[in-house]
Amino acid sequence: MVCLKQVPGTPKVNIDPQTNTLVRQGIKNIVNPFDTYALEEGVRIKERYGGKVTAISMGPPQAEEALREVISTGADEAILLSDSAFAGADTLATSHTLARAINKLKQYDIIICGRQTTDGDTGQVGPELAEMLGIPFVAYVSKIEEIDNGYMRVKRMVEDGHEVIETPLPTVITVVKEINVPRLPSLRGLARARSAVIPIWTAQELGADKNMVGLSGSATRVIRVFFPQRVHHGEILQGDLEGQANSLIDKLREAKIISGS
Amino acid sequence: MGIQIDLDKCVGCGECLSSCPFGLLEIIAEKVHLREGCTLCGACQEACDYQAILIEAVAEAPAAGDSYRGVWVFAEQRNGRLKSVAYELLSRGRQLADTLGTELCVICFGHGINEAQQLIAYGADKVYLMDAPALSSNQDDLYTKGLVELIEKYKPEIVIAGATSLGRSFIPRVAAILKTGLTADCTGLEIDPETGLLLQTRPTFGGNIMATIICQTKRPQMSTVRPRVFKKGTPDGRRKGQVIRVDFNKQRITSRTKLLSFIDDITEAVKLEDANIIVSGGRGVGKAENFQLLEELAGVMGAALGSSRPPVDDGWVSYSHQVGQTGKTVCPKLYIACGISGAVQHLAGMQTSEAIVAINDDPNAPIFDVATYGIVGDLFKVVPMLIKKLKND
Repeated sequence: MVCLKQVPGTPKVNIDPQTNTLVRQGIKNIVNPFDTYALEEGVRIKERYGGKVTAISMGPPQAEEALREVISTGADEAILLSDSAFAGADTLATSHTLARAINKLKQYDIIICGRQTTDGDTGQVGPELAEMLGIPFVAYVSKIEEIDNGYMRVKRMVEDGHEVIETPLPTVITVVKEINVPRLPSLRGLARARSAVIPIWTAQELGADKNMVGLSGSATRVIRVFFPQRVHHGEILQGDLEGQANSLIDKLREAKIISGS
Repeated sequence: MGIQIDLDKCVGCGECLSSCPFGLLEIIAEKVHLREGCTLCGACQEACDYQAILIEAVAEAPAAGDSYRGVWVFAEQRNGRLKSVAYELLSRGRQLADTLGTELCVICFGHGINEAQQLIAYGADKVYLMDAPALSSNQDDLYTKGLVELIEKYKPEIVIAGATSLGRSFIPRVAAILKTGLTADCTGLEIDPETGLLLQTRPTFGGNIMATIICQTKRPQMSTVRPRVFKKGTPDGRRKGQVIRVDFNKQRITSRTKLLSFIDDITEAVKLEDANIIVSGGRGVGKAENFQLLEELAGVMGAALGSSRPPVDDGWVSYSHQVGQTGKTVCPKLYIACGISGAVQHLAGMQTSEAIVAINDDPNAPIFDVATYGIVGDLFKVVPMLIKKLKND
């Protein structure tokens, strides 16, 4: 089972200097890049060990495009969780909603999420989801070494190296981009994606308490959004190559940033 | 639930359009229309003079119990030594506790930790220390259960932890079990003087937007903070505090996952996070072999080697060198960016460096916006010249 999210399709967000708002025109929505590694890993596990890959996404109706895209690259089925009651969800409400959907599906062994999204950037939904389901969790997986007899052995990335961890199934993992190179859609996949029926589950279908989802179910609230101030105080060093180098070294020494005569 | 636009009241004046930080509003046929992606921030509601935009108020749960008191810092260790981020959080935690007139406690799990007195010198009133051989490596399951138990017992109002691999992996689980809010990667933590709530400010949309977030009705209020965001304070050896040893209950605190081995990736002499000077290369370096030039400069300066994302993606250097949003956050005395354009994701990891030198042949590269000193030029000429000059002295 792979959880994914649709995000604005560019890491470079332009800001309109007149109005100080994000320019949305011409920005296509895409599958969160980190989630494409999650999907690819799900498909590879299926190819090696069998099983079925189900993709789940919570989002507005247009997130269906993202689910069609992952069907074209190997997901067997996809489910969209969409309801106006889900809007404004923080990570706690999002993971609650995903957990309800996964519990409704009942049968699962491995739940794979991307390490974080490129818009919200929190990386919290994976670990929170694991707790809501009451199953183990391993973050930043860069390699699945073996799956055997109800256990999975993985390699995960930490700041200064790798850890090899063994976890019983079912489990939730988040994956990093080092884990694989996602495949392109196949012709057969594209055909399947076009004709696939993607069920939409609402709060009612999930039997979700409206106070547990969306803004009502969120513990955190955004009270202010603003643009970071970028004030430029820097100095561009002039002169020829040697002059620039001398000037830089002198300035760094003067500021006692580097030592020397 | 959610946002509603009363089309009878809307006059199509367009005043609200510029208020939306996400640019989601547009005027269609003289009426305002909202595109998908609304976060219900409320900016447009304030901007509308006609009360045409309504954000349905959430039925506020009763305010969180006043029984929650105190500011907690989770102090991460590796091999019995505390990480620098623990002390950085301590200095901000002290300020928060003083503003609230409450105590500052440090929670530390590990084995053979002898820095408790030092934590007190840096501002802790109490140190809760759980010391056991099983805790020496960072095991998510044990840490999750241990921290939940302590929070349930002592009920702190604020818990902050480092946004390290460990913190980002187990703190969300603690928050989920306690059914409370958690704000990731905060760059600002303040107490609202009116409400006493923790104002948590964080970058979002790849650093393009800052959001201030509160957790009003649930406790504790939890945040993670990236290393090097706050500055470590100065120790005061005369400070008095309490060290409280907490039993590690093997029956209750167990792990489902098993750590089989650890493979150390860092081969170079100076670790990136601890380096005073970092020489870093980007796409402009061109190929793997060219990193030797940067390594030479790093060698002359006693610096560590950093990288932006493209060289790591292309396999020129290993991931352990990557600085930025999905790499490391660094704050050296000097950061020398060679052939790095300065995407917001990279800036997020290094812009708090004390001095930044940018070397790039594109005068319009965004890296020059954050640079203390910039040299517009070919790095393959500038860097050898710097090496020559530094060697000659």
